[in-house]
Amino acid sequence: MSTETTIAEVKKPAEALLSKRRKKLVTDPLVDSNPITIQVLGICSALAVTTQMQPTLIMAISVIFVVAMSNFVISVMRNTIPTRVRIIVQLAVVATLVTVVSEILKAFAYDMYKELSVFIGLIITNCIVMGRLEAFALGNKPYDSVLDGLGSALGYSWIILAVAFFRELFGSGSVFGLPIYDSIAGLFGENFSLATNGLMVTPVGAFIILGLIIWVQRTKTGYVEH
Amino acid sequence: MQQSNAYIITFSIILTVILGLLLSGTSQVLGPLQRKAEELDTRKQILGAVVDGETLRKMKANEVLEYYQNRISSIVVDIEGNKIETAPDGSPMVAEKVNVGKNYKMPAEKRVFPVFIYHAEGNPDAVESYILPVYGAGLWDEIWGYVALKTDLNTIAGVTFAHKGETPGLGARITSSDVQARYQGKEIFDETGTLQAVAMQKGEGKDYDADKHKVDGMSGATITANGVNNMVKNYLQYYSAFLEKTKSAKSSDVVALN
Repeated sequence: MSTETTIAEVKKPAEALLSKRRKKLVTDPLVDSNPITIQVLGICSALAVTTQMQPTLIMAISVIFVVAMSNFVISVMRNTIPTRVRIIVQLAVVATLVTVVSEILKAFAYDMYKELSVFIGLIITNCIVMGRLEAFALGNKPYDSVLDGLGSALGYSWIILAVAFFRELFGSGSVFGLPIYDSIAGLFGENFSLATNGLMVTPVGAFIILGLIIWVQRTKTGYVEH
Repeated sequence: MQQSNAYIITFSIILTVILGLLLSGTSQVLGPLQRKAEELDTRKQILGAVVDGETLRKMKANEVLEYYQNRISSIVVDIEGNKIETAPDGSPMVAEKVNVGKNYKMPAEKRVFPVFIYHAEGNPDAVESYILPVYGAGLWDEIWGYVALKTDLNTIAGVTFAHKGETPGLGARITSSDVQARYQGKEIFDETGTLQAVAMQKGEGKDYDADKHKVDGMSGATITANGVNNMVKNYLQYYSAFLEKTKSAKSSDVVALN
């Protein structure tokens, strides 16, 4: 009996740094429970910032940082946070992190800071952040929470990057500011030119792309809403 | 565990203090860097009205500052077009330090108006263009910019616009060089010498080459475009006394030479 319990106690902390369960924390939100395409959270910013790749990338990095860090901080404090004010505590932590991100951008990437301006601040209201804090960080250990945060934020990031790719390509004829349309047109001689689609620069374009991504994904995974 | 009110209050206070310290610390540490970035950005915007955007992007921070040092001199004028030498507190007036946004809140007669003069290297007398700051309201928040006029004080050499919170991809396009390039070569006065300014039109993709006072609009950003139009017109109006004075000073120079 006694040997059994000791074995169990030794086994528990020995869980691999990237065990199957932990890998699943990261990989699950990428496709199977993607915050945007399955849970349909964080749509607002997915529409707003995705007209071009570069700001979208900065936005993605910022969200990854904020979600992972706030998950970590809340998870560390989870046993001391008074239940009755937990939402406010979460909000305070998230708001602080977001402000730090925005200050850092202002100091080191002023152009991007100008371009994203309000949307960095609006990460505070991104449902993904609060959603993960409530659903995971409050009940799990710090390391797991960080992985979970990374997973969700990466799931969010790859979708907005994909949307931005198509919107910038079709809307402005470029990718990361490189004029793709112009170079393609250049191959076919002077009289050949490709028209950009103005719809793609408006939020409507984002809805269409997002809808198509959700459609393709659900056809492949066979996901049905309950 | 049911927490007491005292615990909740203590927890909140401690959390607030820690987060507050963290925030003020970050802002203190990054403050100088941010001010530098802002300063550089302002100079870049001023230069952006006269220097090609691509060239400006390739310049490093210290190159921009050096170029600015060599090529730009500045004065401050009042609404009557008279040069102001000293600030109300007695210190010398520096155009770069004038906050156009703050001035905007005052009645026009009390505002001070900076003028940046783009000149040949090291020779402030060989003027190439006059760069005038403009300021106004966009759709969501403030917008501002610089309009560079050629030495005839009529033809636009170039403009730059910036904004605080216009919609990315729509109103925010006023910062893109292809939108700004549309202003080049346009004229602000008509044949009779009345100020017409240059107005961005509704809709996009039309050809306004023949019209000296109109430029192509931005699709989906009409309100921002209207804001830009009002801003340009208002400020050219404010500067018109200065423009008149400079013009007459020039013609008297010519007379003197003859």
